[in-house]
Amino acid sequence: MKRTLSVLVENRPGVLTRVAGLFSRRGYNIDSLAVGRTENPTISRMTIVVDGDEQIIEQVCKQLNKLIDVIKLSDITDDPHVGRELMLIKVNADPAVRGEIMQIVDIFRARIVDIARNSLIIEATGDADKIDALENSLRPFGIREVVRTGKIAMLRGAKTKGMEASGDGTGD
Amino acid sequence: MGQETKVRTGARAVMEVLQAEGVELVFGYPGGAVLPLYHELAQTSIHHILVRQEQNAVHAASGYARTSGRTGVCFATSGPGATNLVTGIATAYMDSVPVVIFTGQVPTSMVGSDAFQETDITGITIPITKHNYLVKDVEELPRIVKEAFYIASTGRPGPVLVDIPKDVALAPCQAPIPEKVELRGYKPTYHGHPGQLRALARLLKESRRPLLFAGGGVIASGAEGYLQELAEKIQAPVATSLTGLGAFPEDTPLSLGMVGLHGKPCANHAVMECDLLVGLGVRFDDRVTGAIEKFAPRARIAHVDIDPAEIGKNVRVDLPLVGDISCVLKELLALVEPAEHPEWLERIKILRNNYPLTYGRGGEVRPQWVIERLGEMTRGRAIIATDVGQHQMWAALFYGYTEPRTFISSCGLGTMGYGLPAAIGAALARPDRQVWLITGDGSLQMSMAELGTAIEQGISLKVLLFNNQSLAMVRQLQHFYYEGRYTAIKFTGNPDFVRLAECYGATGLRIAKQEEVVPALARAMQEDGITLIECLISEEEMVYPMVLNGAALNEMLLPE
Amino acid sequence: MDTVFGIPGGAVLPLYHELAASGIRHILTRHEQAAAHAAEGYARATGRPGVCIATSGPGATNLVTGIADAYMDSIPIVAITGQVGVAMIGHDSFQEADITGITLPITKANYLVKNIRDLAATIHEAFYVATTGRPGPVLVDIPKDITTQRAAFHYPPKLRLPGYRSRVEPHALQVAQAAAAILAAEKPLLFIGGGVITSGAHEEVRQLAEEQDIPVIMSMMGKGAFPETHPLFIGMVGMHGTVAANYAVCETDLIIGVGVRFDDRVTGKIEAFAPRAKIIHIDIDAAEIGKVVPAHIPIVADARQALQAILARLPEKKEHPAWRQKIKVWQDEHPLRYDECGLKPQYVIEELYRLTEGRAVIATDVGQHQMWAVQYYPVERPRSFLSSCGLGTMGFGVPAAMGAAIARPGETVVAITGDGSFQMNIQELATLSHYRIPVKIILLNNGYLGMVRQWQEFFFERRYAYSEMGGNPDFVKVAEAYRLPARRVTTREEVVPALEEALATDGPYLVEALIDREENVFPMVPPGGTLNKMVTGGRQ
Repeated sequence: MKRTLSVLVENRPGVLTRVAGLFSRRGYNIDSLAVGRTENPTISRMTIVVDGDEQIIEQVCKQLNKLIDVIKLSDITDDPHVGRELMLIKVNADPAVRGEIMQIVDIFRARIVDIARNSLIIEATGDADKIDALENSLRPFGIREVVRTGKIAMLRGAKTKGMEASGDGTGD
Repeated sequence: MGQETKVRTGARAVMEVLQAEGVELVFGYPGGAVLPLYHELAQTSIHHILVRQEQNAVHAASGYARTSGRTGVCFATSGPGATNLVTGIATAYMDSVPVVIFTGQVPTSMVGSDAFQETDITGITIPITKHNYLVKDVEELPRIVKEAFYIASTGRPGPVLVDIPKDVALAPCQAPIPEKVELRGYKPTYHGHPGQLRALARLLKESRRPLLFAGGGVIASGAEGYLQELAEKIQAPVATSLTGLGAFPEDTPLSLGMVGLHGKPCANHAVMECDLLVGLGVRFDDRVTGAIEKFAPRARIAHVDIDPAEIGKNVRVDLPLVGDISCVLKELLALVEPAEHPEWLERIKILRNNYPLTYGRGGEVRPQWVIERLGEMTRGRAIIATDVGQHQMWAALFYGYTEPRTFISSCGLGTMGYGLPAAIGAALARPDRQVWLITGDGSLQMSMAELGTAIEQGISLKVLLFNNQSLAMVRQLQHFYYEGRYTAIKFTGNPDFVRLAECYGATGLRIAKQEEVVPALARAMQEDGITLIECLISEEEMVYPMVLNGAALNEMLLPE
Repeated sequence: MDTVFGIPGGAVLPLYHELAASGIRHILTRHEQAAAHAAEGYARATGRPGVCIATSGPGATNLVTGIADAYMDSIPIVAITGQVGVAMIGHDSFQEADITGITLPITKANYLVKNIRDLAATIHEAFYVATTGRPGPVLVDIPKDITTQRAAFHYPPKLRLPGYRSRVEPHALQVAQAAAAILAAEKPLLFIGGGVITSGAHEEVRQLAEEQDIPVIMSMMGKGAFPETHPLFIGMVGMHGTVAANYAVCETDLIIGVGVRFDDRVTGKIEAFAPRAKIIHIDIDAAEIGKVVPAHIPIVADARQALQAILARLPEKKEHPAWRQKIKVWQDEHPLRYDECGLKPQYVIEELYRLTEGRAVIATDVGQHQMWAVQYYPVERPRSFLSSCGLGTMGFGVPAAMGAAIARPGETVVAITGDGSFQMNIQELATLSHYRIPVKIILLNNGYLGMVRQWQEFFFERRYAYSEMGGNPDFVKVAEAYRLPARRVTTREEVVPALEEALATDGPYLVEALIDREENVFPMVPPGGTLNKMVTGGRQ
């Protein structure tokens, strides 16, 4: 079972290590992890896609929540959300097959961003299925290199998964 | 504090926070990178205990914290000073002990250059601290130190490490100590969810064979009074985990004692027969449950813990309840009606009679018997620190604890060498109490140099050493699981422990006969200072009961 | 592999079960940290990988300091730890610690074996990675259920390590540049470190020094890489280096750094380090070059290969009489010296040197005695001075000496230690007693953490905050409690007879010297100071 977790964390050095270390330490499988800062420069958002059964996912969420630098965690898999991934793919492209490739690129609403004598770089965004499909379609031409960012996601509608949902912890 | 901003060094600011937090003593070992802190420490009224190896500074701080309920503090230098702390930190982490550790670090300009005595201690301790900090800006130092104490002691307690580069400690610091700690990612839940509380009250009401299972969380939150009230109000027997020893007085009829692979027979049987098991501040560790699929087969399980990640981690839970044990029990007491379970208590009585705790075969001096005598002579009121091995289990089974914070032991990590420094910390925390260390020859040697610390501090401490010239718990495992092929367990180079004690200025006594036991214990109880009693025991002693791998808790091996 | 050091425990018992049947010698230490240091001592004394074994949880965490120590000094050890069963990992099980996570910053590589089929290949890879390239510690964590499963033994002849390159050929152009720079230099200086010993390049170093008439300085790790009684030898450089060596660095026009890392204890203030010099930096680890000081001619290669290549381009011999003369004047004006009244630690070490004819294998702990041992026990051969140089680990000395004595039977092995360091692993007296390992311990007891006290004297207003060791035991009686012969000396006259007896006695022996309590290590460059600004002691 794949779940998409949206995690707000403090934008501090070492936070990524803490999160990645937790996954390896507890033996969880991480599918992808994308991280970048949010509208608030002191906060970063991680989008983590993790694979495991219900019990494992529950533990992942609880253990992540225990990290002091994790501010808020939401499992957004079942909420309506926009999920996107960016892929750059370099394919063999003799002039003879370029037209065919460009047709595929159009179908997937991807873009060609670099042209060399015998190859092309294509940029595509979309959900994982679309990206996978594009990669499969290009495979017959010979794929030289693939770079993928991992999934990032945002809830649909006016709802946000921001700070307001979580209280500030205060002590004496 | 904190109103006026005055300039002082970072090191001085650290001392201000320590004083504001009420720290009275610090365990540590100086070295180059931490000297700025030591320089300022010497100017305060905080007492410093110089240990003989940094590992023991954490253990001693942990013994202090467990005995007193306050946060333990220790200092060490960079590099080897810091890495020597690792076992102590991991030990405190596994048993949820509040300790704040300060390490010196090489100057910020050298961090990452493999400088002399540089180690990435924050990287190393990520898996074994509740949280840790590398301080790069001196103006953040007062806030971080205050946060460290807050995090270590609240919620589920645990060790927090603060790594301070030398230049940061020496730099001028203007920042005041903040009044409040504000952490947007950390907010422990103390109060139980009302709906879940009502559900638990309902389960208790429906239950005909309830069992309360108390762990270290009861002691950490100071909930022993509520626990006793609840047990008596609903007439439910109470079993404990190893860390829970002392959470419920063992000299009362409702007490069953410890559950687990070496648990008391009637406690283990009760787990297997109960219809409701209420876990209070426990982790359902593998040493408690035995074969997990056979654990408490007839019971619904309710689990109360302040750490939501513990609930459902190891056993299936029918009723989860996140909260501080004290808060939850207090709230629960208002919801439950008094109850009686005469049949169940009768059954417990039969179990107790049918499965008494017996020793099995052994030599002239029986360690179990010695510990029973110690329990009687101290009326279960001494503070007992232990090391790890067979003696730890005998101390857990045969002493009879009556108060919380009197059993000080490395339960989760099982660290040999924990005992002596922890006992020193305990003795410093409770000078009014008798402190006994129960240890073995393998464990004692791992931190024996701390006898020098004990002498230097002038504390009173009694050491009961069971010497079987071997790693006998390992031997026991090899006996049961490895065809009796005893490998690498024989200590042929053991010192003469009595003479060794005398080298440090302690009193040493040796016991080889049963009739010598009581007089020796009595003499140690009279003496001030350090008294070591070495009991020569047979390496063929076994810890019984024993639940073998894959067996259920009621399938115990018992002595013939 | 003939010897392993370790302590058994629950999770590692399956390994011990087989170890007992294997014929490999097992040394049962009294604390796992000592097992790691003993493995280091074994490796440092032989160049072969040292092996230590510990159980999960506290057994594994007790290895951490030893592993970090090996990492800082690039020592090949393989640490094998037991782990809880695969299904229990991540559950905070009894004696579970995430040792691969913990040791990530302090191992060259580490492995958690989750499949029995990978086990043989992983162990093979661990030894390969530990010993090749820049050596270092490697940890293999093996869950208990992995070691009890059965699998066809599958030991792959060839390893697949696409991300690991251990051998690099010296670049011809850079070799040519280096040779030209050496020919052009008027005041060249060879600066040798641990890498010379690791690669076995000491003969090449000697050839280069002698043929091109180049004086030699060393880091502490380089001790033994060049005969210290050689006329071209100037001494150790750095915080407690000799005056002549530190002056030479400030004057030289070419530093040929071989297998060194220009550590902060060597360079002092970096901007003022070797201000007139070009730097040739030869190291197998590309990441070391340019890390601290900029290298004008970088050569990423095995030290021996690089030196051979350079030597091949230097046909003619050369002499630097003026430069040699200048150094000689510094040496004559600023010899190592100490005040001879009372019982001085330097005297004890000098007499030890005399009585052992400089042929003992010396292991030291960390503190003032470490520096005195460097200064007053010159060594001639590689792998005969074993010390924790990078991490500076107190407690290293006795277990490392144990490892060395086991690795090199028949040789005199001496541990020089202090009262603070000695107590960190004092329980290892039991291991010495158990196996009758013939380590001679020279304990220089001043009742202080002497180096800390010295720093407090110089940099912290003489406020000796918690550096005095109260509660020290009677160390001679402690040794006797372990059935080890021991003797205490309190005067100068007693030193030689005690040392003679220690050396003449079979098996282990402890000599405790009650030394002048406030003796300091000189010369001393204050931390972050310039090398030619040394404190050289009160009485000159």
